[in-house]
Amino acid sequence: MTGHVTHATPSVERSERSATAETPLVRWLLIGVALAFLGLFLVVPLAAVFVEAFSKGAAAYFAAIREPMAMAAIRLTLIAAFSAVVLNTVFGLVAAWAIAKFDFIGKSVLITLIDLPFSVSPVVSGLIYVLLFGMQGLFGPWLVEHDIKIIFATPGIILATTFVTFPFVARELIPLMESQGHEEEEAAISLGASGWQTFWRVTLPNVKWGLLYGLILCNARAMGEFGAVSVVSGHVRGQTNTIPLHVEILYNEYQFAAAFAVASLLALLTLVTLGVKTLIEWKARQEATSPV
Amino acid sequence: MILNLKRHSVLPGFGLTLGFTLLYLSLIVLIPLGATFLKTASLTWPKFWATVTSPRALASYRLSFGASAIAALINTFFGLIVAWVLVRYRFPGKRIADALVDLPFALPTAVAGISLTAVFAKNGWIGQWLEPLGIKAVFSPLGVVIALTFIGLPFVVRTVQPVLEELGTEFEEAAASLGATRWQTFTRVILPGIWPGLLTGFAMAFARAVGEYGSVVFISGNMPMRTEITPLLIITKLEQYDYAGATAIAVAMLVVSFALLLVINLLQWWTRKRFGGV
Repeated sequence: MTGHVTHATPSVERSERSATAETPLVRWLLIGVALAFLGLFLVVPLAAVFVEAFSKGAAAYFAAIREPMAMAAIRLTLIAAFSAVVLNTVFGLVAAWAIAKFDFIGKSVLITLIDLPFSVSPVVSGLIYVLLFGMQGLFGPWLVEHDIKIIFATPGIILATTFVTFPFVARELIPLMESQGHEEEEAAISLGASGWQTFWRVTLPNVKWGLLYGLILCNARAMGEFGAVSVVSGHVRGQTNTIPLHVEILYNEYQFAAAFAVASLLALLTLVTLGVKTLIEWKARQEATSPV
Repeated sequence: MILNLKRHSVLPGFGLTLGFTLLYLSLIVLIPLGATFLKTASLTWPKFWATVTSPRALASYRLSFGASAIAALINTFFGLIVAWVLVRYRFPGKRIADALVDLPFALPTAVAGISLTAVFAKNGWIGQWLEPLGIKAVFSPLGVVIALTFIGLPFVVRTVQPVLEELGTEFEEAAASLGATRWQTFTRVILPGIWPGLLTGFAMAFARAVGEYGSVVFISGNMPMRTEITPLLIITKLEQYDYAGATAIAVAMLVVSFALLLVINLLQWWTRKRFGGV
């Protein structure tokens, strides 16, 4: 779904070969159409977020962000995203080690299963946990008896966020580690390194850019998840509202400027994510081309 | 047992890492998904069927699948042009345009939803130009198409881009030297080469759009029978404590999602085969 770090984009240099090049008119027409499409669907909505956010002035903007309910939402989003990112990073590293460094039967089935959460609708991703842990759910009565709250509480939000971002780190690391083979690790082991030392000193430095890439995409999705979290949250203000849910509430109360002000935080996160992602791609490409 | 199924290796940790992978996968993904299917078993077949084929559900499928298909088609057409321009031409701002393509992957859907609604509303930046033409872009099926086009934008670009790079220009040079016009070369040489990539991108954009919720609910207006998408119908049923109904429709959606996943995997396999094990 998302591109890999290794997918370099060397621009094919094409200058005077008229046989396989379009006339300048066609070329600029195509560039124009492409940029108009991107401008209409990407640049305009992105710009609108910031313009609307400041429509009532900078004072109103900062007031909307500093408001206690907004701060509570920011705190919960940070907790949920941090938990999901840590869980899925540990999983991604472990799964990539098992899948990339060993040959076993059923490997491709396992990879498909890891990708599964990407093809499930966010709403359904939240629903499956409600069916397990909600009042009417499988474990509902037992949880009530023991006074444990998962749905309409922080654990449910963490679970739903973890499900939605489940494949991000793993799907970045698996192809990368597969392409690197296992000769280096085998050399380390035969020289007397322990498995743990081999992982820290050999494997991890080799995949650092891919890992970081998966991490930031996982984090962006975790902080911005709306559908799945909306189903399990219960929308209790100041308690179970994440940033996107807070945006929705403000919007539905016609506090448009405040809604866009809080939304602009997420838009900023998006821009930072895209910037870091581009930087990592550039860095990984540079390391791949420079002689070791 | 499993240890016998793998080829011998000197590297340690196979049992531990595979064991953890399977455990975590089961706990977070497989068991919750399985439980959902189990929950439907508590419904009788006629009741299940009546729920998933109720007029309101059917109207939501028509909108969800129809709008997703239109949005994916728009993205296939423009995505091909964007990919072509990014691979073949040099122009100012190309790096930024390339990085921006991933915006819909990274921008939270709720933010996209309120922003698109503001832009296309009748006093919005774009909506004000559509209003005099009698085009209603928000709170209408067209709004759903707009949101789903945004959501699916990166897929075709990102699947076609590497294929175009791989393709090179040798075949085009051959075609040109044999007297083909540029258009003939495009339709007879380039298009067949990128066809599997285009189809894969279409299928991915379509699959993503069918399940999309966050960006659509703000712009669609959510009128039952008219602008209510299937994921919203699930939420509505949940809010009315109709767990059985919500589950039935969720299971119908899951079956469709898994079928689409299968199609996408087959298309990717076809693409790889075509390019000799890339």
